[in-house]
Amino acid sequence: MNRKLLDEFRAIVDERGLISSSEGLHTYECDGLTNFRVMPLAVLLPLNTEQVQAIVRLCHREKIPFVARGSGTGLSGGALPVSNGIVISLARMNRILEVDLPNARVVVEPGVINLDVTGRVQSQGYFYAPDPSSQSVCSIGGNVAENSGGAHCLKYGFTTTHVLGLEVVMPDGSLLHLGDKTLDRPGYDLAGVFVGSEGTLGIATKVILRIVKRPECTRTLLAAFPSTNEAGAAVSDIIAAGMLPAAMEMMDQLAIQAAEAAVQANYPDCGGLLLVELDGPVAEVQFLMERVDTLCRKNGAWEIRVAQTDSERALVWKGRKAAFAAMGRISPNYIVQDGVIPRTALPQVMSEIRRLSQETGLRVANVFHAGDGNLHPLVLYDRQIPGQEQAAESLSFRILELCIAAGGSITGEHGVGEEKKVMMSKMFSEPDLETMQRVRCAFDPLQLSNPTKVFPTPRLCGEKPGQYVAHPLESAGVAERF
Amino acid sequence: MITASAIEERLRSIVGVRHFRAATASDTVSGVEPKFVAEPASEQELAALLSSANEAQIAVIPRGGGTKLAWGNPPKRADLVLSTARLNRVLEHAWADLTVSVEAGCTLLTLEEKLAQHGQRLALDGLQPESATIGGILSTNDSGVLRLRFGALRDLVIGVTLALPDGTLASSGGKVVKNVAGYDLPKLTTGAFGTLGIITRAIFRLHPLPHSTRTFSFAAANPRDAERHILAIQDSRLAHTALEVRGESAGQIFVDILFEATEAGLAAQESELRTLVGESGVERSGKELWSAREGLWSPPFENAVVAKLSVLPSAIAKTLRLMEEIASPRSVRLRYVVQATGLGALRLEGEWSSLQAVVERVRSELESGGASLVVLHRPAALESLDAWGASGDAIALMRAVKQQLDPKSTLNPGRFVGGI
Repeated sequence: MNRKLLDEFRAIVDERGLISSSEGLHTYECDGLTNFRVMPLAVLLPLNTEQVQAIVRLCHREKIPFVARGSGTGLSGGALPVSNGIVISLARMNRILEVDLPNARVVVEPGVINLDVTGRVQSQGYFYAPDPSSQSVCSIGGNVAENSGGAHCLKYGFTTTHVLGLEVVMPDGSLLHLGDKTLDRPGYDLAGVFVGSEGTLGIATKVILRIVKRPECTRTLLAAFPSTNEAGAAVSDIIAAGMLPAAMEMMDQLAIQAAEAAVQANYPDCGGLLLVELDGPVAEVQFLMERVDTLCRKNGAWEIRVAQTDSERALVWKGRKAAFAAMGRISPNYIVQDGVIPRTALPQVMSEIRRLSQETGLRVANVFHAGDGNLHPLVLYDRQIPGQEQAAESLSFRILELCIAAGGSITGEHGVGEEKKVMMSKMFSEPDLETMQRVRCAFDPLQLSNPTKVFPTPRLCGEKPGQYVAHPLESAGVAERF
Repeated sequence: MITASAIEERLRSIVGVRHFRAATASDTVSGVEPKFVAEPASEQELAALLSSANEAQIAVIPRGGGTKLAWGNPPKRADLVLSTARLNRVLEHAWADLTVSVEAGCTLLTLEEKLAQHGQRLALDGLQPESATIGGILSTNDSGVLRLRFGALRDLVIGVTLALPDGTLASSGGKVVKNVAGYDLPKLTTGAFGTLGIITRAIFRLHPLPHSTRTFSFAAANPRDAERHILAIQDSRLAHTALEVRGESAGQIFVDILFEATEAGLAAQESELRTLVGESGVERSGKELWSAREGLWSPPFENAVVAKLSVLPSAIAKTLRLMEEIASPRSVRLRYVVQATGLGALRLEGEWSSLQAVVERVRSELESGGASLVVLHRPAALESLDAWGASGDAIALMRAVKQQLDPKSTLNPGRFVGGI
């Protein structure tokens, strides 16, 4: 970047808000998806909305692409820099601006850490429901970009369910407000479109969140099954019995062994482990927990434990939440995938995954949000063995193809980002993607905001797809096209 | 230049003579009479009709059951009514996956009956379920008392297929509840009043039907008392499904609460409610209480305005007092049902000029506090009364979205916010 421009950026954020040395920039060359790395021209760390606006206005004037970044925990490369662009880190905008308990609203800046929202309101009996496994470090701004989920979204919904309004710096630097503290503000639900748009529509600088009253009690049941098929059948029976648990999580044998090695959660060594959490009024939860117990036994559970205390419950969850990182205990390298299937397709998809695993000789561990069909296959490999990384990548994509074929999705909560944009055209038709592009063009006609992400083939706004149309000069014989 | 008869001929050839007719007075939309009505048999036919109309620059009014056709501002133009009446199938109830895929013209009642066969429901109590269609309910973002617990349509819809004015049929979202691939166009089209595209099918997440339900009601001394109870219940650990305040000018104010649980759970909830509110006055009631919103829609309509309010829950009492203070001196009578979410339905009755004055005054007071009032029904004489009110600083972006998807303003021109 030329010195004059760098000086202009420095004037906005001050020396402490600008990183341009190559050692400093290395920290930002990737997010949680570490096999993609790009060095940005510079990293800016604004302190407030006005600074974000000034940075983006400058980018707009100079047509410099920008990538917003929260804590950098994303797993699809959404915060991967673009080589000719800058990174705008929102990490220093981390204030909780307002807590409004009577209306169950909290207003935060994007750099606030997910768990800190709950931390701020838990003494009054409230919590912020979306709970990605990285919740102790990931930021609300990143959650908004990715529409993050978590184990409890089966009952409570996703980030988008809990974002009521946003202050957004548009890709031209203007400031506007989508949604509000009140519901159903007249107009299009642009907050609904913005959440989950992976940073391609602008930068959120304030977020109005909905918080939830903590239920009277929470009980967590852990059941050991011979395989994931029996565990899956128990899940189906629980749903068919008209229950909506707060969470239902499943792990296969390899995932259990890894979690056990990492955090000693004292899981039984079994083919399929099911974790069912119910919450609500004590009388209701006790009654339903007995039914869950019965349904698990009916489907072959040979050991059932109910976490009796908060610390037992925390330990049960610790194993699950540490499952990804635990892979490091049993494999030098691994790829986390994030496919979704209709839950009923589980036995068939699992058997296909086993077949692919045998075919490629690569081990696959499975961690599964069983209630909503979100599958996290972890493909284990060793980078030192030539060709294995590629084989692992290819296997993880073949698993996503299985998910699409089963009527599911290529991502349930990690986003498309850089990693999976090539899969978008397998899940969506050209007209589907074109329609999304049109929406993008309304927000960002110059395509400066996190360009090159999400969509397989970026197209300039105004560029028409489809049939070739001759230029008038061409038709008139004045010009020729080669 | 295509002649009018050539356009008519083209449209007719798409659906066939039996499903194309000249419009009559009964097809009038807020005083504007369209020319034709077409009933396509498939989403492909619907898309072909729409793109032909778009090419010929004639305006299209999408119509489901027609129950909310008067909502929004009157259209600036209306030529072709595109009815989804024949797109009425439940395509797939994947009950074990708790999802359903349904065509836009299916009525809510038909859908709910089908879902109930497997003990499930779309957790939405929309108005006039026997006639209102899925497409219309989505487009108008209708919601009732279940919203407190299950969220709005935006939280229930997981996929849509849209016909765009250029004939594109585009899908977004999908068949699984958890899915973040691509932009969330189901949310964009929910509540868009058919101004961006016509919803041809939708996929929803479902919920189990409750084991048992119990309704309670108690009188509140005044709006402040009602709000105090509502906030206290919301702040408690009760697991209620619905909670509302209901009242009318110079009448008694009631708070209604709905529990859905197992019998064991219900007994405990009831006793906790009594402890929280005070033993006296809490009456067990029938579920007919929950049709109070529907009740605001009974004829006659000549001297009535029906509106949707959105305020913060902590502003419910202030809003109720404010409305009464503005309405009472002008002899305008009020009836209202306000949910604990802060969303309310309001019916005002009085002389036309008074109605207009009251609505404008209340709206301006609400807007200054960040709340909103949307007029859903007004007498023909008050047609100039804007349905929407202030649209905020995102209006330019909304226009840009409209421009991208419907550049010729073919769909429902002028009916939406800011003249969109």
